[in-house]
Amino acid sequence: MQARYLPYVLIAPVSVFLGLFFLYPFYLVAQTAFYDGAGWSLKNFQEVTSYWKFPISFKNTLWLAAVVVPIQLALALLMATMVNAMKKGRDLVLYIWTIPLGISDLAAGIIWLAIFEQSGFLNSMMHGLGFIDRPTALISYQNPTLIFVAIALAEIWRATAIMLVILVAGIGLIPREYYEAAQVFGAGRWKQFLRITLPLLRPSLSTALVLRVILAFEVFAVVQALGGTLFPVLMSETYAYQFELLNGSAAAAVALIILGISIASTIVILRVLRVPKGATI
Amino acid sequence: MAEIKIKNVAKNFASYQALNDINLTVSDQEFMVLLGASGCGKTTLLRIIAGLETATQGEVWINDRRVDHLPPKDRGIAMVFQNYAVFPHLTVFENIAFGLRMHKHPSAEITKRVHRTAELMHIEQLLKRYSGELSGGQRQRVAVARALAMEPDVILMDEPLSNLDALLRLEMRAELKGVLAESKTTAIYVTHDQVEAMSLADRISVMNQGRIVQASDPVDIYRNPAEKFVAGFIGNPPMNFLVADKQADGRWNVAGQSYDGPSCAENTLDFAIRPEDVVLAETGISAKVNVVEPLGVHLLVTCDVNGAQFRATLDSDANIGRGDTIALQPQLDRIRWFEPSNGMRQSLEKNDV
Repeated sequence: MQARYLPYVLIAPVSVFLGLFFLYPFYLVAQTAFYDGAGWSLKNFQEVTSYWKFPISFKNTLWLAAVVVPIQLALALLMATMVNAMKKGRDLVLYIWTIPLGISDLAAGIIWLAIFEQSGFLNSMMHGLGFIDRPTALISYQNPTLIFVAIALAEIWRATAIMLVILVAGIGLIPREYYEAAQVFGAGRWKQFLRITLPLLRPSLSTALVLRVILAFEVFAVVQALGGTLFPVLMSETYAYQFELLNGSAAAAVALIILGISIASTIVILRVLRVPKGATI
Repeated sequence: MAEIKIKNVAKNFASYQALNDINLTVSDQEFMVLLGASGCGKTTLLRIIAGLETATQGEVWINDRRVDHLPPKDRGIAMVFQNYAVFPHLTVFENIAFGLRMHKHPSAEITKRVHRTAELMHIEQLLKRYSGELSGGQRQRVAVARALAMEPDVILMDEPLSNLDALLRLEMRAELKGVLAESKTTAIYVTHDQVEAMSLADRISVMNQGRIVQASDPVDIYRNPAEKFVAGFIGNPPMNFLVADKQADGRWNVAGQSYDGPSCAENTLDFAIRPEDVVLAETGISAKVNVVEPLGVHLLVTCDVNGAQFRATLDSDANIGRGDTIALQPQLDRIRWFEPSNGMRQSLEKNDV
C-alpha cells in the first residue's frame, strides 16, 4: 500500500465510529429540535426558553459551573504540584486521590446524600457531639444555599481528580532545567509557579478546563440525588422533557442549548489560554 | 571583587562518592575551567557552587561570605546551562529580562540592560522572537546574554558549547572569551573538551573520580602534569609512556637508551615524553612504525617500542613507511618521570633516597 494512503486508512475506523455514533445522532437531534411538525422553525426553542423553570435551571447550571470549576482548578493545581514534589509514595497518593473517579456520579450523589440527609452522618455526628438538639432536614426547599453547597461539594469531591491526572502529566513534562534556571535567576517557589509552571502548563490547562467545564454543564446524576426537583439544572430539564413530558423536540432543543454553551465556553478557554504565535510549549 | 573559595567539599549520592575533599580558590576576574571526563564530578561541583545541589560536607565562600545555606538567587551568581534552558514561552527580550524582573529592577533600567547585552551578543534583531524560532547558536547567545544582563559577581557555565556544531563552537569560544574578559566577571566553566579548556582558561582544574588532580595554568598543565593521569588525559595525542629501569642513582635505562632522571628509591619509573618532543635521529629509542598519518602540518607516526605504543609527530617531509624501524631522540628538558605505584610526578630536584 502506498504510504500516502496510510494516514487515511488509519483514521478510517475512528471516523466511521464517530460518524455513526456521534454525527448521525447529532443530525437527528438537530432535526428534531428545529422541526415543529410543519417545517423548520425556532418554535421548540421558544417553548423551552419561555418555560418558567428555564431561567432557574440555566442560572443554576452556570452558577454551579462557575463555582465548582475554579475551585477544582485551584485544588487540582495544588494537588498536582504536591504530587510532583513528592519523592516517595507519589503513585500511591495519586491512586488514592483518583479513587472518586472510579465511582459513578449517581453513586457519588448518594454517598453525599447519606451525609447530608436528616438521618445522615452529619446530623448524627452533630447530634452526638451535642451541637444540635435533634436532627434537622438540611436538604429542603428552605435551605437552597445548603443544597447548592452540598451539590458543589459532591462535584468537587467526585471530579477534581480528572483535572488532577491531566495536570500531573503536564507538570511532569516541564523540563527541570527551566526551574533551575528560574531559581538561579531569582525566582522563589511562588514565582516559579507563576512564571514557569502556569505558562508552560497552558496546553494541559486548556485540555483539563475544556473537559471539566463541558462536564460541569452536563451535571445531572449528582444533582438528581441531592437536590431532586429542588435544584433544576439544564440536563434535568432535558431528562424531564424526554421521559416525563414525552416531548422529544423540547428535549432536543435544551440539549442543543447545552451544546451551544459548551462550544462557547470552549472557544473562550482556548482563546484565553492560547500560546502566542511562535512560542513552542 | 568576587573570589570563590571551596573548602573541603564532598558530595555523596547514596553510597556513591561524587566529590571527595575538594579545595579550590578562584580569584577575582579569573576564568577557571573545570576539566574532566564525564562522571568526574565537575558538573556536580558547579551545581554545588550554584546552590542547585547541596554538598554533603564542606563550605562554599563567595566574596568572603559563606553561601552554602543560601538559595541560588542570593549568591550573586548567574548561570549558562548546557541545554540553554531558554524559556520557550517568553520572547528573547523577556528571557534576558527574566532575572532583572525577578530582582525588581526598574523597567527603564531593564530595557537598557537588555538592549546592551543583546547588542554585545549580536542578537538585538532577535529580541521579539521566541526560542523555538532560534537556531542552537542563537539560543546559546540568548542564554549567555541572560546571564550577563544580571551583571553577576560570578558566572557559571556548564558545557555551554557542547551542543553546537564544530565551526560555531570555535566562533562562540573566541567570542565568549572576549565578552567575559570585558565584563570582568569571575567565571567557572565546565567542559570535557581540553582544547576548549586550554583556549579559554586562565587556570584549569583537571578533575578525575571526584577530586581535583591539578589546578594550574594551561601551559603548566600541559608541560608539567602533576600525575600520570593528567599526562595521559591532556594533549591529543597524549604523552607517551615507557618503562624506565634504574641503572645507577639518577640514571635510567629506557628502551636500551640511558637518560638522566630523578634519583629515588624506586627501581622502575615511567618515562614520559610528548609526541612533538621527539625528533628523528641516527641513534636513539628504536621504534617500529605501525601507522603513518600525514596530517599536513606534520606526520603522526604510531610506533611500537618494546611492546608499548609510542606516538611521534614528525616533520611532514620525513620519508617513513609502515614497517620501518626508526630511531627517536627525546628533547631532554621535556622528559617527565612518574612513579608507577601512585602516578605522581617525580621531580628531578627531589632527592628522597
